[in-house]
This record gives sequence, C-alpha cells and structure tokens, in this order.
Amino acid sequence: MQYFRADLHIHTVLSPCGDLEMSPGNIVSEAALRGIDIIGITDHNTTRHCDLVKRLAGEKGIFVMQGAEVTTKEEVHCLAFFENTDALNKFQEYLDLNLPEIKNDPSKFGYQVQVDENENVVYEEKKLLINAISKSIDEVESLVHSLKGLFIPAHINRTKNSIYSQLGFLPVNLKADALEISRATTPGQFLKVHPEIKGFTLLRGSDAHYPGDIGSSTTLFFIEEPSFQEIKMALKGEYGRKIITE
Amino acid sequence: MKITDIVTGLNLKVISGHNGLTNEITGGYVSDLLSDVMGNAKEGQVWITLQTHQNIIAVGSLKDLSAIIIVKGLVPEADTVEKSNIENIPVLSTELDTFNMTGRLFDLLR
Repeated sequence: MQYFRADLHIHTVLSPCGDLEMSPGNIVSEAALRGIDIIGITDHNTTRHCDLVKRLAGEKGIFVMQGAEVTTKEEVHCLAFFENTDALNKFQEYLDLNLPEIKNDPSKFGYQVQVDENENVVYEEKKLLINAISKSIDEVESLVHSLKGLFIPAHINRTKNSIYSQLGFLPVNLKADALEISRATTPGQFLKVHPEIKGFTLLRGSDAHYPGDIGSSTTLFFIEEPSFQEIKMALKGEYGRKIITE
Repeated sequence: MKITDIVTGLNLKVISGHNGLTNEITGGYVSDLLSDVMGNAKEGQVWITLQTHQNIIAVGSLKDLSAIIIVKGLVPEADTVEKSNIENIPVLSTELDTFNMTGRLFDLLR
C-alpha cells in the first residue's frame, strides 16, 4: 500500500460561487500540477460536472470521487460521494426533486454553467443551487447510504452552514462516514475544543472555489490504489487502510 | 405566565411534552441557528424557530427553556417528539410565520 494525496472538496464553475476559471479542464490541470492523486467534485446541490471531470482526470491518472455538497433543510453543508454513475444519477434526481424552484440571478450569485472540454457552455442551471433542499440532514444521510454512498458533514468548524452552527452540536446517532474540517483548523486543535468527536475520522479538504485553492488543504490516504472502496476502507480504518490529515 | 396561558391565548397546538405545560415563562427568544440559541437564550424563555431537528430539544433542555414554538405548521421529526416527551419540554405548533408569531407573543407577555 502507499500514500495518495486527496483533496475531496472542490467546486467547479457550475457552483454559483465557483470561479469562472474552475472548468473541469482547469481543475484537472491544476490538480496534476500540484501532485494531487484524488479529487472530490462537490458542487452545491448538483453532480452535473462529475462525468466530464472524471473523463479528463482519467487521462492524467487522477482519480475522481464523484458527488456533491448538499445543503440540508437545516442549511448544513454535507459532502456526498457515490461509487458509480447509476447511484450518482439517482442522487441527481433526488436533488432536482427537492431543490426549490427559485431562479438564480447570476448578477447577484454568479453563473451556474456547465462546460465541455473546450470550455464551451453546454448547459446553464436555472435553479439557484445554493438554496437548501427540502430534506433533513437525517433524511439525506439515509438516502446517501441507501445508494451505498459516503456521507460527510462539511467544514464542521465553520461558523456558518456547518453542523455546529446550524444544529449546535453533533446529533446523536448521526451516521457520518467522516467529518470534514476546513483549512482554518487542524484535527489536534479541533479535538481540543470538541473532544466528543474523537471517534470520527477527520478529513481536510480545500473547499476550492478558485484554481489557486486546489490542494491547499489535503488528506493522505494510505491505500492499495485509488478507488471508491479503498477510500471507504481508509475512512473506516479497515484492513490496514488509513488516512493522515495534513 | 405559564405555557398553558400562551397555548390558549395564541391558539397553539400542543404536539408533545405535555408534562411541561405548567412551565413558567420568563420571556422569548427567536433564532434558527442552534449555536446562537445555545449561546444567548435564557432560562424560562419560549423559543420560536422553524428548525424541527431533534437537537432543538437538547438545546431547550440545556438552556432550561420553557417551550419551543415551531412556526408555519412545520412538523417536527419523530425523534424530536420523543425527546420532547422525555425532557418535558413542550413543542408547540402554529400556522403563523415567525414575524407574526413573535409579535403576538410579545404583545401577550408585555
């Protein structure tokens, strides 16, 4: 087994807050330049850019965790990842169904565009993606797990849109596969303030919205090879797999 | 004033936590961020929110709140109801939104 460097929290230009330079092509080039082996594609409430990123990343030997950053009805941001296209598409249907019909105003929130490998716009998402979906954190968790996905509350140390800001503390019995902390803290620092979460695996991702953010905060995975199942085992600390939060 | 008085006075529906209906009210607090309620609500206050997650009961218990009013006819999760009954913190429901509910409670407590 060996170490692979992962940044599992990256937005593309499809997220309204994602920089226009965050095209799948640019993200993959930037990740390759910075020696990232595994990238997670996590746009707000959409998975529509995952396919193209996966295709382009494959050409450069980068593994892609396909998913989204969901906003639950409590306005908690949670990362969700899926192993295959079938599960990913089912999750996309769930998002489409449960995201409110409120239109994006690009002048206020930013463009929500999907592009092809030549940077041509092929689709514009009309619904505002940063809204909360109508499902609770528990409902989202259970749906993600029913699709055999990974469920990871995002940037839990932040004072907005985190499980701590919205719900005060970690709900009992929450079945999280890991918890993500942002680059503003370290596992050591965070555990000192929140010793109650020491049983959880702590990940660090960059939450990149600009090319320069990619890989600014990463996690090392000690695994056989980059794959969904290996990553899942590492998060659970199974069969000698593990993670080191950088 | 007791919770029973505001239930009658404001036409609230009692969803759970009936054993806490005689709790004394000291005032009100309005917020949808549980971290904010944990930091700022005071003992005996009635908390008005749109959050329905079970954590609202834990926060209510931690801060010794007298009751929680859920606005807009939103329905609390089953485990919220269960914990409300265990902790004796009434969960009350109104069809009104937060603005209108708060105004009426303010008037009643004044």
